Amino acid sequence: MATVQHAVQDVYEPSLFGTYSKKIGMWLFLASDSLTFGALLFAYSYNRIAEPGWPTPFHKESIANATLMTACLLSSSLTMVLGVLAANRGDKAWTRNWLLATMFFGTAFTVLHAMEWTKLMGEGMLPWKNPWAATVPQFGGTFFTLTGMHMLHVTIGVIYLGVIAFRKKILPILLALWLVGWLVTPAGNFFHVYGIHVLLLGVIVSAIILFLKPKDYDPQDVEVAGLYWHFVDLVWMFIFPLVYLMSTKVV
Amino acid sequence: MHDVTAEHGESKLTYFWVWGGLLFLTAVEVILAYKQVLQPVRMLEVLLVLSVIKAALITLYFMHLKSEIRPMRWLLLISVSGCFFLMWVFFFPDANRIIHLGVK
Repeated sequence: MATVQHAVQDVYEPSLFGTYSKKIGMWLFLASDSLTFGALLFAYSYNRIAEPGWPTPFHKESIANATLMTACLLSSSLTMVLGVLAANRGDKAWTRNWLLATMFFGTAFTVLHAMEWTKLMGEGMLPWKNPWAATVPQFGGTFFTLTGMHMLHVTIGVIYLGVIAFRKKILPILLALWLVGWLVTPAGNFFHVYGIHVLLLGVIVSAIILFLKPKDYDPQDVEVAGLYWHFVDLVWMFIFPLVYLMSTKVV
Repeated sequence: MHDVTAEHGESKLTYFWVWGGLLFLTAVEVILAYKQVLQPVRMLEVLLVLSVIKAALITLYFMHLKSEIRPMRWLLLISVSGCFFLMWVFFFPDANRIIHLGVK
């Protein structure tokens, strides 16, 4: 009878990919998400090449802002990987500290990006028109879709890391951020009317997850969250040169 | 239980080097954009090459793809690259056609 008394790990064959299922699941999600961003980047690049009158509205200030945003994301990737290292060591305090630093850089990126959007909208740029080249309405559409999709991913990433680092404690923090964000943005601003409510949606979804399946997140969860975060950073490495540097206006 | 600690060999110093390299490549991209010594299509090619190098550094070191076993690495690399290659093959000749021949 000894032959049937296996431990669970002996019953299942080892994974073909040599790692745990959560990580394989995240890699598969990232592969599919890379195709979403790939399609958007291809659409932008196609239009950029095919349209000789493509506007170049990004002057020194915008490029400096986008460079700072890039530095924020790259630094957030460093803090994230240090967080994964701390989690692997079993150092919960430093894991939380590094995740907090990552969230800080991610939030800084989002705020800088929101300021850039607000400035462009103030200059008359909308998804269906731009003030620099009336014959190229697709500039606004492709720009806002691509960068908006990325900004959404960064925001989801910050919330995801918050859930991993603080569990239920993140819910009141997110609610406070939503309220403060809503109050400090001007009444007619896009982020006052629409953008900031992504946080409220994040609170609802996080609350459902945290209350339906409360758990103490382990090093694997930190590593899987890290994969998502680095992917968001990776995508920006293509958006920054294609969208900003290819439309630089040097006076 | 899978042991996460056993699989990543890189030290903290390696991650700082990768971070420095990524910042350096970003600076190169910004300088190229400001100098504008290249034509737009050539500029696009150079920026894309630099972006691919940055993406490779992030994937291999920060996402630890370097430490994954070979089937995992190749499956991801071939499937994603294959999809992008198909998009590139079908779409970009058309973008060039518009530049050289005009819309018909």
